[in-house]
Amino acid sequence: MSKSTVPFAGTQEQKVELQNYIQEHGSEPGALLPTLQKAQDIYGYLPIEVQEMVALGLNIPLSEVYGVATFYAQFSLSARGKYKISVCLGTACYVKGAGEILERVMDELGIGYGECTPDGKFSIEECRCLGACGLAPVMTINSEVYGRLTPDMIPDILAKY
Amino acid sequence: MKTVQELKEIRERMQDIVALRDNHKSSKKFKYSVMVCGGTGCTSSGSNGIYDRLLAEVEEAGIADSVQLILTGCFGLCALGPIVIVYPEGSFYCLVEPDGAERIVKEHLVGGTPVKDLLYHETVNDDGYQSLDETPFYKKQKRTALRNCGRICPENIDEYLAFDGYLALEKVLCEMKPEDVIKVITDSGLRGRGGGGFPTGVKWKFAAQNEAEQKYVCCNADEGDPGAFMDRSILEGDPHVILEAMAITGYAIGASEGYVYVRAEYPIAVSRFEIAIKQARAYGLLGKNIFGSGFDFDVHIKLGAGAFVCGEETALITSIEGNRGEPRPRPPFPAVKGLWGKPTVLNNVETYANIPQIILHGADWFNSMGTEKSKGTKVFALGGKIHNVGLVEVEMGTTLREIVEDIGGGVPDGKKFKAAQTGGPSGGCIPAEKLDVPIDYDNLTAIGSMMGSGGLIVMDEDNCMVDIAKFFLAFTVDESCGKCTPCRIGTKKLLDMLTDITDGRGKAGDIEKMVELSEYIRANSLCALGQTAPNPVLSTIHYFREEYEAHINEKRCPSGVCKNLTRYIILADKCKGCTLCARKCPNEAIEGQVKAPHVIDQDKCIKCGVCIGACKFGAVIKA
Repeated sequence: MSKSTVPFAGTQEQKVELQNYIQEHGSEPGALLPTLQKAQDIYGYLPIEVQEMVALGLNIPLSEVYGVATFYAQFSLSARGKYKISVCLGTACYVKGAGEILERVMDELGIGYGECTPDGKFSIEECRCLGACGLAPVMTINSEVYGRLTPDMIPDILAKY
Repeated sequence: MKTVQELKEIRERMQDIVALRDNHKSSKKFKYSVMVCGGTGCTSSGSNGIYDRLLAEVEEAGIADSVQLILTGCFGLCALGPIVIVYPEGSFYCLVEPDGAERIVKEHLVGGTPVKDLLYHETVNDDGYQSLDETPFYKKQKRTALRNCGRICPENIDEYLAFDGYLALEKVLCEMKPEDVIKVITDSGLRGRGGGGFPTGVKWKFAAQNEAEQKYVCCNADEGDPGAFMDRSILEGDPHVILEAMAITGYAIGASEGYVYVRAEYPIAVSRFEIAIKQARAYGLLGKNIFGSGFDFDVHIKLGAGAFVCGEETALITSIEGNRGEPRPRPPFPAVKGLWGKPTVLNNVETYANIPQIILHGADWFNSMGTEKSKGTKVFALGGKIHNVGLVEVEMGTTLREIVEDIGGGVPDGKKFKAAQTGGPSGGCIPAEKLDVPIDYDNLTAIGSMMGSGGLIVMDEDNCMVDIAKFFLAFTVDESCGKCTPCRIGTKKLLDMLTDITDGRGKAGDIEKMVELSEYIRANSLCALGQTAPNPVLSTIHYFREEYEAHINEKRCPSGVCKNLTRYIILADKCKGCTLCARKCPNEAIEGQVKAPHVIDQDKCIKCGVCIGACKFGAVIKA
């Protein structure tokens, strides 16, 4: 997983929110995974600074936090764009040409998947099945769903943002 | 807290409210029941907007008292969303637009005549229209696990109660001993629907035999198989059935706590499930001393964070404990040492969805369906190159051909069926000549695939089987947790070889090497992810060996998918020399005089395919 290129800019409010969550739920069994989910909700990603806060709060080694953060696809260690583009590469979408959709999105934005445009506007990730197989191929931009895509539809969709 | 008597009164009161959709009975209160699909598929295509529009139109027309509007779970025909069904007729409206919603209200609900041109075309015939149950898509199905999906409002416990909800739990707690419950489930022949196919009753018996202060009941709702979405649909459409079944399991094995491990990528399912838990607690159907029987049971939700390997039971349990979801060797099995070291039963969503009905109707009812060794029904998520993309539930023993051709409506655009893929990344590709095999656990294994969780992806002549094998291997390599070497390194090496072949660097002997490596990975991996990872490769080599040979020996991709092996050429006799392709080509790879046949310079061609789209005469082809 690539290291974040954007300097960490967490606020005091975010820190307090995370600490409050840890205070309330940190002693529950199996707290690490939900705490990281909460932390990513708050900060949008899990840079090393946030992982350190979680390790400190739960009183466990940073290595353990890092191990879990890098294991699951949901967690991102680098900053993501304001608009998160997620191209579904589940089987149903793939056999209907999702690979070409992903390629076109990368071409249009000039970045690869897992990367963020320099202005911080878009980031691209691939995901495994949103369960909207009836609309294949599918991508989402934040929570907006775009289905029955063809590569030629991509520039118009991106222009909306 | 509700007593048995109070629940009975709710069921009775609800009968009139749900009557229209319960086999088209008549209702005193309502003239029409309008069901809008609120599953993920239809929500993605805008069903919430349709619901709002219907609501506004119904109010404006002043018929809100006699028209019931309900947001349901999935109807199954996801390709046609947003879907609206109007009872008592069972009129099936598909691909509904906001203006269509207005017409449905004005012409159908007020005017009394279904809007024929908005109905699903399969339900319209010369004499008029038919109910959705009579369409080929639904007629051949046997909706058992999915019985309430699309029929009830999943956010209202009373609607679940109206269709015998929590009656099985009542029967179990008030009339049956735990060992009787296990016996019924064992006798029913129910096997795990998550992929393994292990007999559910036997699993329960192991956990029941182990004495412990605390035991756990877990539900695997971490549907990781890309292209399968039946578990999500059940959670979205009928969440209470899972709670009821987990409580029954808890009683049978002596557990008082349950965990549902659900994908964070399923927000609708998670929120409906949370609502269901709150309602069940408020009615005393979860919590302390349920039905005054002295039995305590409660359920918690744990969100998965996206790891395919967490479908493996020991990995899932490790993940609930908050760690990296890595599997561990078995034995000890979870029934002996599971969550937090305590005896644990872990079943899949679809398995649970069958439990209450087996308790109510008996083991014989269930095992009268299906084949000798696979009883009951199975839900499949039909996807890929098929008309009726969606969820279907059929009796075990139905042939693939019936599912693909009759229910699924066949392959679109006049293309030829090539293969059906079942079992996701752990399964295999089934060719046309095996379409008449009756589907059950053992038959699918015998033909080199597996049941898996029930994803069924159809591929046509345009899909390259080597590329598909590569797709699945890339998935496995990504998702391999890295704990054991055969899986971590073996699958990577397999992927490297497949990449070489699809890029045109395949060598004689590669096929044999891949088979040898596959056998090794299968025999030596720690968990099912690694053990089954070679299946997509082995099954495609077995049934489509000539495609591999064309890639390796002739450096040719017969389906024109693998870019490095595809050449674009212009047919001289069809080319009119209009120059359009040459002007569109981004790399100036096409040369030729006006009104004379053009030629593509293969060294310059970047294989983007723009020329094919540009040519109006069909003169550019892939070869």
